Amino acid sequence: MADVTLIEAVRLAALQEMRRDPRVWVLGEDVARGGLFGQYGGFVEEFGPQRVVSTPISESTIMGAGLGAALVGTRPIIEMRIFDFVMCAMDELVNQIAKIRYMFGGQAKPAVVVRMPHGIWRNSAAQHSQTLESWFTHIPGVVVAVPATPADAAGLLVSAIRSDDPVLFFDPKNLFPRRGALADIIAPLPFGQARKIRDGKDLTIVSWSAAVPIVEEAVETLAARGISADAMDLRTLWPWDEDAVCASAARTGRLLVVHEAVTTGGFGGEVVARVVERLGPGALRRVARLGQPRVPVPFAPPLEDALKPDAAKVVAAAESLLRD
Amino acid sequence: MSGDNRARLLALYATMCRIRAFEETALAAHRAGEIPGPLHVSIGQEAVATGVCLNLQADDRITSNHRGHGHALAKGAGVAGMMEELFGRAGGHCRGKGGSMHIADFSVGMLGANGVVAGGIPIAVGAAQGLRMLGSSAIVCCFFGDGAINRGPFLEGLNWASLYDLPVLFVCEDNGVAAFTRAESVTAGAGVLARAEALGVAGVSVDGNDAAAVDDAASRLIAEIRAGGGPRLLHATTYRLMGHTSTDPARWREAGEVEAARAHEPILRLRARLLAEGAAMKALDAIEGDAWAEMSAARSAALAAPWPDLATAWEDVQDIGAAQEAV
Repeated sequence: MADVTLIEAVRLAALQEMRRDPRVWVLGEDVARGGLFGQYGGFVEEFGPQRVVSTPISESTIMGAGLGAALVGTRPIIEMRIFDFVMCAMDELVNQIAKIRYMFGGQAKPAVVVRMPHGIWRNSAAQHSQTLESWFTHIPGVVVAVPATPADAAGLLVSAIRSDDPVLFFDPKNLFPRRGALADIIAPLPFGQARKIRDGKDLTIVSWSAAVPIVEEAVETLAARGISADAMDLRTLWPWDEDAVCASAARTGRLLVVHEAVTTGGFGGEVVARVVERLGPGALRRVARLGQPRVPVPFAPPLEDALKPDAAKVVAAAESLLRD
Repeated sequence: MSGDNRARLLALYATMCRIRAFEETALAAHRAGEIPGPLHVSIGQEAVATGVCLNLQADDRITSNHRGHGHALAKGAGVAGMMEELFGRAGGHCRGKGGSMHIADFSVGMLGANGVVAGGIPIAVGAAQGLRMLGSSAIVCCFFGDGAINRGPFLEGLNWASLYDLPVLFVCEDNGVAAFTRAESVTAGAGVLARAEALGVAGVSVDGNDAAAVDDAASRLIAEIRAGGGPRLLHATTYRLMGHTSTDPARWREAGEVEAARAHEPILRLRARLLAEGAAMKALDAIEGDAWAEMSAARSAALAAPWPDLATAWEDVQDIGAAQEAV
């Protein structure tokens, strides 16, 4: 057991899996230099340039070549560098990777992991800060992982690499320095199981990725004010832990979903809709979503800070839900 | 030279006749309402798929485009599975879930047709990279049209293959028309070969309606690729005798253009050559007759074949988080 940062945890997870399975390899810009965030540090020295392939800035072909290599039996980790660049590879991801198993009647399973470090980080502005994970839950054929802790990120990455399904793995950029315990041998963590942040009875708070530390802070403030929040981190959005959310919401009758993504069309809407469908419209007394306003992420620090969810906004939203 | 061999010419002739008979039969079935959805046929372009694939081995792979019946047949895809796929039946290669635009037969190295222009290019270079990583000596052949050279993946994929010295034969099947638009009216510069050469991919142009010439050119390029020379490009000029889809009459073409082109279509040309070189007309007629009989039987069988079980609509989406029928 070691205490490591999130970025070191995912480095160790990929390292473990590349040692375990010679079919696993990584391709993307600068990966042989350790990757933009150091998540592949030391890989090329150990595995060589055939398995740690620094590529041209050719997102379509990074994605599509990963697929082609998977179709002949390798298991690529496709590194997108920054999430926002996947927009240059959407045909290869949405029309090809997500469709190929179904469209070809099961002749091929594209066993790829697509890593997309996402979210607001160091005032990187509108093209390097987006959280569009909800788009991808809309696409049949893929798994969507949105971890927030070192252990979860490592365990989910191990599962992703071993999975025959294409897994879209959203590394949380702003949480890379976050520390936590990591087992010496990283076990695969199943997709679709929420992690409880705090047990409570007054309201249910659901979050994931960069919103998780915000919720962690907020629930402590709420507890100090006598409000007991039942808070959870979904960890994956497809599949997602409907059972855990519904069980909690059925008990508390109040549901708040917090995500860094724009509220409109965000996955919070899906969470609320499913809870209402399953529990019935009378089961919930109050519901709210907290995310970004429908505005691109601005550059200037005061503007960025003003728009993004923070613990104070979560506390305010939670207190508002309890006033009825 | 391989193309001088009578048996080889007859093999080219037989494959082209099978592709033509398959597509004419499919067109008739489509007009009769037996085949749903869009159908893009390669009638007039058979020599390209045929001449190239005759030089491929069983474990070589191909990627194809939306006009891919010929590529699949030439690579050895089973006819029954192909026809049933066009009909949307359970016995299709893709269990009726892909149709004409998504024919794939992995058992013969056919990694799929593709509904997106240039979509097969990144897949082909990645397949070659993966094969090399696994220690295979197989090569990958990537078919695309003249329209694809204006898409980004063409530049990216050729640069990539050149950079990593990948064993890929790029085949630009240049029928001169991108959907409903003449390719020359939307393509700047000196053309596909110049673009390839700028990226370090050597290539040659060939009369793509001359099956023996395609065979010769492909044979030379593939030998260079197998010898470790890296990627090559074959630019094969041809003519699409039909419209973009089965329902497109392509009336924008000048009167007489198609009729003139028919005189140069590849099956008639090879037939004339074989006859001139002493082949028996009866033998050629038998090859053609066999092809039509095979495809006609495949049509009847596909028409009688069962539709997919409705439960299969839920299958092969994904293992983890698969949607459940009773939501």
